[in-house]
Amino acid sequence: MNTVYLDSNATTKVDEEVFEEMAPYFCELYGNPSSMHTFGGQVGKKLTQARQRTAELLGCLPEEIMFTGCGTESDNTAIKGTLVAYPQKKKIITSRVEHPAVLQVCRDLQSKGYTVVEVDVDKKGRLNVQQLEDELDGNTAIVSIMHANNETGVIFPVEKIAELTAEKGVVFHTDAVQAAGKIPMNLSDSSVNMLSLSGHKLHGPKGIGILYVKKGTRFTPFILGGHQESGRRAGTENVPGIIGLGKACQLAKKYMEEENRRVKNLRDRLEEGILGNCPDCWVNGNKENRLPNTSNISFEYIEGEAILLMLDQHGICASSGSACTSGSLEPSHVLRAMGIPFTAAHGSIRFSLSRYNTEEQIDYTIEKMPEIINRLREMSPFVVK
Amino acid sequence: MWDYSKKLKDHFFNPRNVGEIDNPDGVGEVGSLACGDALKLTFKLDENKRIKDAKFKTFGCASAIATSSVLTEMIKGMTIEEAEKVNNKDIADYLGGLPEQKMHCSVMGREALEAAIDNYRTGGKKKHELEGKVVCTCFGVTENEIERVIRENDIETVEQVTNYCKAGGGCGGCKGEIERIIQKVKGKKAKPAVSKSAEKPKELTNIQKIQLVQQTINEQIRPSLKSHGGDIELIDVEGDKVIVAFRGMCAQCQVSEFTMKEVVEAKLKEFVTDSLYVTEAEDSLNKPHKHRSD
Repeated sequence: MNTVYLDSNATTKVDEEVFEEMAPYFCELYGNPSSMHTFGGQVGKKLTQARQRTAELLGCLPEEIMFTGCGTESDNTAIKGTLVAYPQKKKIITSRVEHPAVLQVCRDLQSKGYTVVEVDVDKKGRLNVQQLEDELDGNTAIVSIMHANNETGVIFPVEKIAELTAEKGVVFHTDAVQAAGKIPMNLSDSSVNMLSLSGHKLHGPKGIGILYVKKGTRFTPFILGGHQESGRRAGTENVPGIIGLGKACQLAKKYMEEENRRVKNLRDRLEEGILGNCPDCWVNGNKENRLPNTSNISFEYIEGEAILLMLDQHGICASSGSACTSGSLEPSHVLRAMGIPFTAAHGSIRFSLSRYNTEEQIDYTIEKMPEIINRLREMSPFVVK
Repeated sequence: MWDYSKKLKDHFFNPRNVGEIDNPDGVGEVGSLACGDALKLTFKLDENKRIKDAKFKTFGCASAIATSSVLTEMIKGMTIEEAEKVNNKDIADYLGGLPEQKMHCSVMGREALEAAIDNYRTGGKKKHELEGKVVCTCFGVTENEIERVIRENDIETVEQVTNYCKAGGGCGGCKGEIERIIQKVKGKKAKPAVSKSAEKPKELTNIQKIQLVQQTINEQIRPSLKSHGGDIELIDVEGDKVIVAFRGMCAQCQVSEFTMKEVVEAKLKEFVTDSLYVTEAEDSLNKPHKHRSD
């Protein structure tokens, strides 16, 4: 059975070109870039190239790129590093639909005495920008709002938010883990102060992330113990990871436009195919302004984990906002913030595509979906024949 | 991914006895859409008062469906007296074990069976209802139920209680109370309860009553509704009638009749006075039940 991988917002396949670029840096060129010998030093040159490549994707200066261990570390560093830099300010503004890498950090800080404002979204998952603007004040240390939502793909107006925060002199961080490589960026022309990115979401390796810190942004290092990354993030560099991420960014920039067109067509085909063949289902999130690869569909009266297991039997990989898949007892906080009824939140499935998906895979999924939905509905006490 | 047993997977992919029996002798309905799983169990007895047929309909994850399926198989051929001895551990064992976080599925199976037996004994009158003090407002779990899972499964921690009956798995506000119940059941020296004790004042003036109702709503009820994306508003208090409106998610939730009104009433009775009852304000009731998000 072939695998149909439709879970690219969870992680992606490492591009083979990326892997080839990384391969020599394990067993052959394993030197430490900080060393004083040529053997280590040559690795440093390769890191410079990788930094240049990532800067090109983000439209910023190479020295504004800081490599981290993952997107979560970038988010933690941005928020906590800013709070330390502005010890007199005690307020954080974020949204109700952030990834836990931001939301849990904020809630933890709340329990330590910070004021945290979680801005609402509407039923289509769009941010209440007015509420955010009203909350901005002199006590606000940082605003952290994601670029695009991982569950629904809904894109937030980060440039607008960056203008608002810049006017008030407040640091603005955006978690762009899902957006990077899918939405063109030119951070040099933007007022975004910090941005998080993760390697494995754009066909790079796992265990490597970026925190972009705009020149002139006050920031205090989070991880101490070495001079690496200009003293902003200590620890021996993840050399193959950085090189792989650099290559992945280069490829993302090269293919972005063409891919977004093709992937979007596949996504739309999948969505239309499912909605046309399964009753009582609909798309969650603002369809007009979404990532081109993401589709979040709610199926009423049935539960997401059961759908996923049946899809799995056919080799189809997706994910769900149901309580049972998370190991917690509550369904997706994103869908709940949008006011999606429980009936639909428990039965939500996220399909997220990538450049490796084919039309055949999409048609195969469209073919399998109705029988799965029907089987489970036949078992549901909420479906009356 | 969950580590499900072979038998569980078999019962999920090939469920036995799906459906509803016409004119059943017993019906048990537990759970709700809001809680993420629900089970409707029906059975029919033969002339010797043994369970001749049993069927299920389940909304829920793979383990909820598999649990329901094995339950119907287990009870076929049993007398009512035998069936009522089946506990959640038996169901889980029959399945070849359940992941710890999924044990609540086996408890739901046992609850449905119990509800169906009650329903049979009362001649089709009795429906499943909350008995005893509600401890977990998010999932509507009572003290009786928590005590029972602790005893039957030899539970030691709050986390286990959550895995077995969901109590404490929402806003987490009742974890102190659960800890106290564990201590009580285990016969250890009870720790001072973390949550406020429900000592009710004897005589209340109208003003005091309204204030206490508001305080109870703010402290005991709102946090759990908020964690579900909902909210509650106190509209008025007329004598013993407390009028509230549910907002946000709770207003649209089709099970709010059970999880919300009943739970709010239980909490108010516990913290204010026994004679109170709750009704929903007109505007909250009349809100169209919207399923579509646009």
